[in-house]
Amino acid sequence: MTWILANLGLIGDLMLVHLRLSLIPVVVSILVAVPLGRLAHRVGWLRGGVLSVVGLLYTIPSLALITLLPPLLGTPVLSDVNVLVALGLYGVALLTRSVADAFDAVDADVVRSAMAVGYTPLRRFWTVELPLAVPVIVAGTRVVAVSTVSLVTVGALVGSRNLGSLFTDGLQRGIVPEIVAGIVATVVLALVLDLVIAAVGRALTPWARVSGTSGAARRASRRRAHRAEVPGTAAEDAVTGGGAA
Amino acid sequence: MSVFLEGIAWLFSPDRLSGPNPLPERLAEHLGYTLLALVIAAVIAVPLGYLIGHTGRGRDLAVGLSGAARALPSLGLLFVLTLLVGIGDAPVAATIVFVVLGIPPILAGAYAGFESVDRRVVDAARSVGMTPLQVALRVEAPLGLPLLIAGVRSAALQIVSTAVLAAYVNLGGLGIYLQRGIQLRSYDEMIGGAIVVVLLAFAIDGFFALLQRLCTPAGVRVAGGAAQTTRGRRHRRPATPRGAAQ
Repeated sequence: MTWILANLGLIGDLMLVHLRLSLIPVVVSILVAVPLGRLAHRVGWLRGGVLSVVGLLYTIPSLALITLLPPLLGTPVLSDVNVLVALGLYGVALLTRSVADAFDAVDADVVRSAMAVGYTPLRRFWTVELPLAVPVIVAGTRVVAVSTVSLVTVGALVGSRNLGSLFTDGLQRGIVPEIVAGIVATVVLALVLDLVIAAVGRALTPWARVSGTSGAARRASRRRAHRAEVPGTAAEDAVTGGGAA
Repeated sequence: MSVFLEGIAWLFSPDRLSGPNPLPERLAEHLGYTLLALVIAAVIAVPLGYLIGHTGRGRDLAVGLSGAARALPSLGLLFVLTLLVGIGDAPVAATIVFVVLGIPPILAGAYAGFESVDRRVVDAARSVGMTPLQVALRVEAPLGLPLLIAGVRSAALQIVSTAVLAAYVNLGGLGIYLQRGIQLRSYDEMIGGAIVVVLLAFAIDGFFALLQRLCTPAGVRVAGGAAQTTRGRRHRRPATPRGAAQ
């Protein structure tokens, strides 16, 4: 306890750094996975290929991926960029599948209705399909955010300064409270981010709270979220996730 | 890119079979940790998951558990447990961590497998006089096997990944090449080690993918996709007489 009280400043500082290291890959993976997942949804023959590649990507153990990136990117071995890119790749790997599922789940009748009343494909995407896909995409993003926050700590092994530094330092100096503080701070950060993303999702889908479809939509998104939690729950999935530790 | 060639050269150097860190020995360690933890996790999680899937109770708890497990940083867990049990008993600490990480996916696979079984099939099994135990073991378990294996696959990959970190508590495994490579700046060793780790993960993934396919009952293989997407709905809908008449 004394170690924690004496180092509150350090813990707070590392939490902020950690938050930054987590947010960048999460945002990037949303920006990449939405078009990619949409493509997998639209183009039938691409779907299997895209989802297999991202699935395989997710099986690569994180420390191995982080150490394989420097020669590929031309970055120094001890650079935060490697950690960010690795986490971004995992995020894309997880989220692309959610996005494809999200667009699959949009009621085909609704899409056809939009077509019938003369929506252009672009307008249909932005005003009909994307909003209706939001709940499932948000569920996937929450999973990505939580696992990213937890995975950032592995970066401490390649010199990245974040809450994981409390683990390496604590092990070297034999200070148990330091490691415990790091674990608690990581979990708290993950939970806060999870709640914030859930709140953003609710704000983006005001109709889900009032109409009678809300229950069904929520159940669907919960089911999807659950699927994301169990990579490979779908029997037909040839590729499961679950690597990345 | 030349670093990759150096890594591959490192991999095929005759030194890999001798010296202080022979590759077969480290690979065996890595696989040993993974297998031991996977078996323990399965022994705990499969019966529990079947119970949840069969009774439908405790599902929310299991879902919450897997969510919480995702937030837990495995590196911190490994380090703190190692300090608590003492570095001499690090294998115990590591095994506990691997088992903890392996349980949620197997649990989820087990109960999701049971839940994926069409309720009408369960009703049919009951109506021909099967006892609840028979329904569980002879209907639900075989039909849910592919999903259980999917869960074991996730768990295996999770454990193999985390076992890379075991080198940092002096337990060897394949992670030792990464650890040494990073610390000593011998990048050929680092890249070579990373390549082996990736290949191992791919091999394990492939093995379970194959197993999953082999364990899928013929009838399920055809209907699998459709059953999956309508799972939630089917669940809540009781088998109607009309459905039975068809």
